[in-house]
Amino acid sequence: MTQTHRIDAGGRIDRGQTLEFTFNGQRYQGFKGDTLASALLANGVDIVNRSFKYSRARGIVAAGAEEPNAVVQLGAREETQVPNVRATQQALYKGLVARSTNGWPNVQRDVMSWVGKLGGGFMPPGFYYKTFMAPASMWMTYEKYIRKGAGLGRAPHDSDPDIYDHMHHHCDVMIIGAGPAGLAAALSAARAGARVILCDEQEEMGGSLLDSRETLDGVLAARWVEASVKELASLENVTLLPRTTANGYHDHNFVTLHERRTEHLADTASEAGFAGQARARLHRVRAGQVILASGTHERPLVYANNDLPGNMLAGAVSTYIRRYAVVPGKKLVLSTSNDHAYRAALDWKEAGRQVVAIVDARANPDGDLVRQARDAGIRVITGSAVVEARGGQRVTGARVCAIDLERFVVTGKVEELECDTIASSGGYSPVVHLSSHTGTRPQWNEELLCFLPGEVKGMISAGGVAGHFGLDETLADGERAGRQAARATGFENAQAITLPAIRARRDGKACALYQVPHEKTALRAPKQFVDLQNDVTAAGIELATREGFESIEHVKRYTALGFGTDQGKLGNINGMAIAARCLDRSIPEVGTTVFRPNYTPVTFGAIVGRHCGELFDPKRYTALHQWHVENGAEFEDVGQWKRPWYFPRTVGGKKETMHEAVARECLAVREKVGILDASTLGKIDIQGPDAREFLGRVYTNKWAQLAPGRVRYGLMCKDDGMLMDDGTTSCLADNHFLMTTTTGGAAGVLEWLELWHQTEWPELQVYFNSVTDHWATMTVTGPDARKLLSELTDLDLDKESFKFMDWRDATVAEVPARIFRISFTGELAFEINVQANYALHVWKKLFEHGEKYDLTPYGTETMHVLRAEKGLIIVGQDTDGSVTPEDLGMQWAIGYDKPFPWIGKRALSRPDTLRGDRKQFVGLKPKDSSVVLEEGAQIVFDKEQAIPMAMKGHVTSSYYSPSLGHGFALAVVVGGRERMGQTVYLPMADGTVHEAEIVSPVFIDPKGERQHV
Amino acid sequence: MFYIHCPYCQEHREEEEFHPRGEAHLMRPADPDNATDEEWGDYLFFRQNPRGIHHELWVHSVGCRKFFNITRNTVTYEILETYRMGEQPSITAETEKVRKEQGVQTADGGWQTIGAQPESQALNEETSS
Amino acid sequence: MSNVSAKEFNTVPAGNPAVESPLHWSYQQQKTAGSVNAGVTLREKPLLGHVVLRGGAIVMDEAVRQVMGMSLPAKPNSVTRDETGERSIQWISPDEWLVIVPGGEEFGLERSLRQTLGDAHVSIVNVSGGQTLLTLAGENAREVLMKTVSFDVHPLAFPVGKGVTTVFAKATVVLRCASETEWELVVRRSFADYCYRWLLDASKEYGIDTQ
Repeated sequence: MTQTHRIDAGGRIDRGQTLEFTFNGQRYQGFKGDTLASALLANGVDIVNRSFKYSRARGIVAAGAEEPNAVVQLGAREETQVPNVRATQQALYKGLVARSTNGWPNVQRDVMSWVGKLGGGFMPPGFYYKTFMAPASMWMTYEKYIRKGAGLGRAPHDSDPDIYDHMHHHCDVMIIGAGPAGLAAALSAARAGARVILCDEQEEMGGSLLDSRETLDGVLAARWVEASVKELASLENVTLLPRTTANGYHDHNFVTLHERRTEHLADTASEAGFAGQARARLHRVRAGQVILASGTHERPLVYANNDLPGNMLAGAVSTYIRRYAVVPGKKLVLSTSNDHAYRAALDWKEAGRQVVAIVDARANPDGDLVRQARDAGIRVITGSAVVEARGGQRVTGARVCAIDLERFVVTGKVEELECDTIASSGGYSPVVHLSSHTGTRPQWNEELLCFLPGEVKGMISAGGVAGHFGLDETLADGERAGRQAARATGFENAQAITLPAIRARRDGKACALYQVPHEKTALRAPKQFVDLQNDVTAAGIELATREGFESIEHVKRYTALGFGTDQGKLGNINGMAIAARCLDRSIPEVGTTVFRPNYTPVTFGAIVGRHCGELFDPKRYTALHQWHVENGAEFEDVGQWKRPWYFPRTVGGKKETMHEAVARECLAVREKVGILDASTLGKIDIQGPDAREFLGRVYTNKWAQLAPGRVRYGLMCKDDGMLMDDGTTSCLADNHFLMTTTTGGAAGVLEWLELWHQTEWPELQVYFNSVTDHWATMTVTGPDARKLLSELTDLDLDKESFKFMDWRDATVAEVPARIFRISFTGELAFEINVQANYALHVWKKLFEHGEKYDLTPYGTETMHVLRAEKGLIIVGQDTDGSVTPEDLGMQWAIGYDKPFPWIGKRALSRPDTLRGDRKQFVGLKPKDSSVVLEEGAQIVFDKEQAIPMAMKGHVTSSYYSPSLGHGFALAVVVGGRERMGQTVYLPMADGTVHEAEIVSPVFIDPKGERQHV
Repeated sequence: MFYIHCPYCQEHREEEEFHPRGEAHLMRPADPDNATDEEWGDYLFFRQNPRGIHHELWVHSVGCRKFFNITRNTVTYEILETYRMGEQPSITAETEKVRKEQGVQTADGGWQTIGAQPESQALNEETSS
Repeated sequence: MSNVSAKEFNTVPAGNPAVESPLHWSYQQQKTAGSVNAGVTLREKPLLGHVVLRGGAIVMDEAVRQVMGMSLPAKPNSVTRDETGERSIQWISPDEWLVIVPGGEEFGLERSLRQTLGDAHVSIVNVSGGQTLLTLAGENAREVLMKTVSFDVHPLAFPVGKGVTTVFAKATVVLRCASETEWELVVRRSFADYCYRWLLDASKEYGIDTQ
């Protein structure tokens, strides 16, 4: 295939570098500097896609981000697939492989195309909802096939070989868009000394200057671009980000930028020669001032069959000719409402092709460009417009007719012109999308016939987006904006910079033209497309308004106008203008829909960045983690911590199951001695003369009498009386305490203490500091615990001198340690705290000496079983934020007579917390000893009742107890403590109903003798 | 993503360093034991949730760990001031200047169409006059 | 004991039992050969003394002047150092400072400060086992930090002598600009492996030397 539409000279392509690529299985050639779109046009590829709903043939319309049709699936291999890439934004590279997003089996012959050929009324808005409405249960089935037919690109099935990352920036001035306004702004802000970031979504900076006919200082505008970019690149205070789209504009001048770093070179970064580097990067920019220099999008005109391949934007025609040396046809008809579009015809003619006519909707166009066109011998038909395109797979002609703009009718006789390309221009829409992300409303400007960005604090819009359409005005506005932004960020001496000289051009006034009238009504005329990507027609909008959708937001949702990856770039203003006409309102009255981030699609890779795989979330390790790994532990996630879950042994070549390992570990603790890494418990150091008073206020129980050397268990409630955390607190000295919290509650409890201290009781003299990571904690527990520990410490471990709930300073295996006689197992237990850097040494010494006692490491599962056998709660498992200490039967830990109204106290006498039918904490003993109830299973009192049954409680914890030889559970049951001995029922999803007896939650050693030995 | 001036660190920090803790200036009844159920219920559960100027309690959790207050417009998300615990806001919903400025920026709360709803237009004019 | 109201405790053994810094295991797991022309150099300064001081600034300033011969940082988010650079005091909050001293000095420091402070309402907490100090240097160190922390690390916003507590990827860090060529990162023990892996990953494109 040859590049039939390429012209021999001009353009910003490198004819010396031919690049092979594949589109829809066909091989083509393009040049370095091409986009995929320009290369396809150069090769004369007319049809690039099938439309979303009607499956009509579609060609390339635009040359930038606003392209609605040429949306492709990129990637040569499964793992490099990228959906929703705009061919107009994708640089061509060697070996590029792309496919049309829609169209099966291929875009030339599409099985769905019958849909689009049928009468206009066949698929009106709401078609799917109306047609496939009944039966409702079948929608899921219908939808599968409808979606398959439509096709919206697909994610790769294999994992992405590339990496992505994020980068944080702070700058004085963030400039979005490096066209004339953006470059001028960057030069003036940067020369003033401001930290400037300048981003542009295209391959090259320069924007409209890259294909401009105009000269700056007497030379082509592109030369000035080169010099400006070179200067900016040399400045240390400037960061240039080409190929970077500003996709979101968020609160307080926070802008997210999507930089494509190697996507213009190859499928993957390593193929591009950048192994180990990010393929795309998300920049998170906090800016002092934002200069929005995003320019304008040309509005197409809405006329019949305006979606046939060969219908293009006038500006895109110029861009392809001047920037890529591609003339996308042979015979051009231009339909316009303004002067600026005339350059497309001039460029076309200069490229040596035929301009059939310029059709101008205005009666007396008279600007400089109009004169140039006439001087060049181009036929200008005034007061008229192209009302319909002719053709099958591509435009073959244009039907032109005089129109009456006021009355919205055609007036004269239709003239049919033969052509293969129709360029249209209905004016220019400032790219206000980013400003709209902030929630501000765009403002309609009747003079300029467009929406301008609304006011955003810290944002200056400059150039085209601000409604300055002439190049001289645009440059001056950019320069002014740069200076203003620099001054606003503290560079008060910012000076005006000299701008290049431009020969001013006089443009005539444009007229307001959105939809072109047709001899037939919109409903009967061939389809007039408003939103090409979502197949929304003028008739569809008319129908929506007739059916009563008056709010533009409702029209949008009913018709799909401005949906999806397009976000209404080409169609929105026309759609709103049509809705306004139908509703007999003005455009500002109808308003715009809200443009949302992201402006163009961002890959998931870029959003995720480095936060994936091993680095998805922090994995927190204790100081003993290495030992656990080496000793075959299986791990459980507890918050971000990795805690040993159980330690399976391999016996006779067979690895224990979890059940076997836990049973062995449980019995070891009950009969001999076990050891647990409890380092993850939260630990808070509390110092100050009012520490004790403070504890009394945040805990439900009493602290006034706790002597140094003693430990106490405490319950912490919120002021609504619901339990939030528990743990032991030790009195280290009169003014010094060490609090422990649950593993998951550590950070929350510390913040809770600070909250009350800082906001409610700042007069109390007390400080809180986290020491969770400083101490490693090892729990040695079981009947042989004392014997083992005594081998490693000189401390007197006698039960009289070192009682249950005492703590002592000691040395364990040479290492200074603090030992606490507290027990979460019900057995004799010593919790040893050592500075974490020495923890592994002490742990290993315990095992050296523990061998003769068969010291058994145990994990969280065994810990759970052992504590549950003792009826000890775990906050967050046995409680859920709706459980009071009273509900738990822990009245012994509530100090109602404490002098200060502690947190949670008042709520315990609210009517709701006093209700007689509150759920209370109990034990459950399944009638069938082989049953282990499901945690979360619902409890009912009457198993014969009809569904839905009255649910009276649920299982909070349930295990098999190797010591008891049967399953057992903890539960909350309505009025549970009054129901001891009663039978309850647990109906399961599979129809079985378990029976259980309500018993005391303490299953082992109810008198608590074992921990006191 | 807010950019929040911590009155203790005396510089702006990214939102991710902070936690919001709800309405500011909540008073725990001085004598809880003798508060009525209604008073206690109000204190526990009822909040202003205003449209417009709101005073909020935040904590610089990854930073100085200090609690402080923010005066924020819940419509525009603009932070008008931050101040330390124990201080009173200098800007409130009653501040005439704020009513004007903030009124102009007020979007159509809940209604997503920009400029489409005459009643929301009227609402804006009402708040800005 | 001068201040009976608080409990002092020397966590450092008299003898020489095995000791392991928070990154000991991570180093073993993820060794990187010193890459030639590495853009980033990462080192752990293990087993230093880390002490948190809480209290009023005036009384605390007087005490550290007497005991350490150096003053508290006068401004928020700043760090003072002694002449050797081995001892530093960092502002964490209006009533909180982080002191880092050579390993083994922390208990003596705590004791001397308590003696000097007498009955003043202060809190002194030894956190040496709970955190560790990393240094990050090299041509691309700042870029690695830009990938990692949202705080502005540009020299204009983060000059030498500044220190802040901020977010590190999904963890937290105490970040200090120690010199024009070196950053210090104080990370929590339990997050140290995550931070280390993150830094290795983020530095990969520049080449990293961890020794």
